Amino acid sequence: MKVTIDGHTIDVEPGTTILNAARMIGGEIVPPAMCYYSKLKDSGGKCRTCLVEVTKGSEKDPRPMPKLVASCRTTVMDGMEVKNITSERVLEARKGVVEFLLINHPLDCPICDQAGECHLQDLAYEHGTAKTRYEEERRTFDQIDIGDKIKLHMTRCIMCFRCVFTADQITDKRVHGVLYRGDAAEIGTYIEKAIDNDFSGNMIDVCPVGALTDKTFRFKSRVWFVKPMNASRDCDKCCGKAVVWMYGNEIYRVTARKDKYDEVVDFICNTCRFDKKQVSDWNIEGPAEINRHSVISANKYKKGIKVTAPKVLGYGNNVD
Amino acid sequence: MGKKLLLEHENVPGIDTYEVYRSKGGYCAAEKALRKMSPDQIVEEVKVSGLRGRGGAGFPTGMKWSFLAKPEGKPRYLVVNADESEPGTFKDRYLMEKIPHILVEGILISSFALGANTSYIYIRGEYKWLVDVMEKAIAEAKNAGWLGKNILGTGYHLEIYVHYGAGAYICGEETALLESLEGKRGNPRIKPPFPAVAGLYGCPTVVNNVESIAAVVPIINMGGAEYAKIGIGKSTGTKLISACGHINKPGVYEIEMNISVEEFINSDEYCGGIRKGHRLKALVPGGSSVPILPYELIYKTAKGETRMMTYESLADGGFATGSMLGSGGFIVYDETACIVRNTWSFARFYHHESCGQCSPCREGTGWMEKVLHRIEHGHGRMHDIDLLVDVAKKIEGNTICPLGDAAAWPVASAIRHFREEFEYHVKYPEKVKNSIYAHEKDYKAVMV
Repeated sequence: MKVTIDGHTIDVEPGTTILNAARMIGGEIVPPAMCYYSKLKDSGGKCRTCLVEVTKGSEKDPRPMPKLVASCRTTVMDGMEVKNITSERVLEARKGVVEFLLINHPLDCPICDQAGECHLQDLAYEHGTAKTRYEEERRTFDQIDIGDKIKLHMTRCIMCFRCVFTADQITDKRVHGVLYRGDAAEIGTYIEKAIDNDFSGNMIDVCPVGALTDKTFRFKSRVWFVKPMNASRDCDKCCGKAVVWMYGNEIYRVTARKDKYDEVVDFICNTCRFDKKQVSDWNIEGPAEINRHSVISANKYKKGIKVTAPKVLGYGNNVD
Repeated sequence: MGKKLLLEHENVPGIDTYEVYRSKGGYCAAEKALRKMSPDQIVEEVKVSGLRGRGGAGFPTGMKWSFLAKPEGKPRYLVVNADESEPGTFKDRYLMEKIPHILVEGILISSFALGANTSYIYIRGEYKWLVDVMEKAIAEAKNAGWLGKNILGTGYHLEIYVHYGAGAYICGEETALLESLEGKRGNPRIKPPFPAVAGLYGCPTVVNNVESIAAVVPIINMGGAEYAKIGIGKSTGTKLISACGHINKPGVYEIEMNISVEEFINSDEYCGGIRKGHRLKALVPGGSSVPILPYELIYKTAKGETRMMTYESLADGGFATGSMLGSGGFIVYDETACIVRNTWSFARFYHHESCGQCSPCREGTGWMEKVLHRIEHGHGRMHDIDLLVDVAKKIEGNTICPLGDAAAWPVASAIRHFREEFEYHVKYPEKVKNSIYAHEKDYKAVMV
């Protein structure tokens, strides 16, 4: 099936979504996605950042679609023509969505562990405005404790539902979900209890913002001060392939390996993530290449310019 | 006197019982449909009748039925949407309360036409007593052989179940209704797939409003072509209108869709005019979601034509100078009504009822409500008015389900037509603050 996105034409399998077709083309025409996660079935459609304009439905029925559509949940038709960054309407709507996501966000980036690898930061930087028009009080929630490994900050949540899908599809039993309605909706366990199973830590990796963070890494370092290294170990629960984030010779945290859309390649177990923090636990393979858009990769990899700071911090081997 | 098709026997004592309903010609349509007609003929008849969905969107019912996928080995369902929660709308309640059997009969004919052996009536939680009313009617129909196995010896069997919601407006959206019916959180689904292909439990499903299904009974009785003769153009048949507000006779009225808005408001047969000593100011013709009309656009369209009680005429002029027939929640305002307060009240409703699934609606409805609250209570600023217009524009059309649109339209239209009233609130906060409602305390009490 042929689909044209912002003037780039590509042949894709039937059933491919517009977003995935755009990812095959690559580059700046790929719509941002805050809730869609290719590894999680049924995800997507909620955040509305990936809205695109379909200017021609298909070869058979060339009528344009009247409303903007969520590219992550709309499958391509043969001959479809899509406008993303070339459509004023799309850019305007996306700006609106970014604003909506930010009005109740606490903007506590200076004390947020996600800062530096946060999708909302990236999104706001690319599509948002520097000023806010929101003058009301921001929404807050009562803090709830969901266990000794994962920290939940509900104020930062953007309701992408990814952690819910992860718990449904990766772990053996989901004990948390979305409670209440509208802007009072929150992630919770209803009767306060710990989310405790072997793969629950993956919720941290799929969370696009700092709503779910790693308690074992909490306030230890900014992510751009630690060095990501590919590492592996023999694990009887998961693939054992992970990224260890090192500061000098210490492992500060362990995450799954991620692709360029910041999606987990292989989910890892909690033992690897939370308990194996010794260098001797891991076979360290070498620096992990981070080719996604993020401050962690800014100035440090192939395209980057040489700066002195990374060397001081031990980034030397990665600088081109 | 207009012709009544649904409420013809509304005042007959005991019409809610099977015997009386039957004696007034009830279940004749079902008999005719099951004995003499094929399912396809019934669908054809409904198509010919031009019946349009009475829930609000006005999509042709016959066409909706013909979209139903019919794969082998999968059951099909008919779900009746009785989650009537739109502010200003109370017609389905009246119909079910008065004449429950017309709905049962309508379901029987429709299910037979669609090949569904199980049907559900999804009633909103606040209408809990109607569950008993409907269940009694279903039991009576079953005793009389109209439900169950092998109905009228045709080999067709049907069961109707009544389910009630837990009080969420969003469950009136058809896919959220299906989720709720399945026992899940009532979040609207992302379409496609549409319910006609994958609805309840993943099976082909038709979701119709109570009034649409009830209207199938007169259509079968009189024939689709005869039904289509009533009304104007594509607005055929009769429509239940629930009229409320500053009129002399609020209530539910069945109208033929060929009378003018002026006649409907002022005729003694219907609303009976604006209450004494006051004059008409504004009109919301189809439930809180539709754009509000100012006085000069109520009786006449922008083109100067007479505004009729039809889908087309009420929508004439688009959103700039028109509105929608919607669900028939006809709210009339006289000059004592504060449009800002009314708009805030609607915005508060949508803020409260947003499911929270998609960002524009979750965040935008709350934002609009807070700004409107400020303006209403004398803390507004001039730029807030344009801000509201812009926020409404950014919600509209960008959400998963129509709730986002429903929240945006009343705000946008109120500012479009009554901007000076908003400006007055901003300019003279002291006058507004002293209004009887304007106490912070009142607001909080209402919100709890």
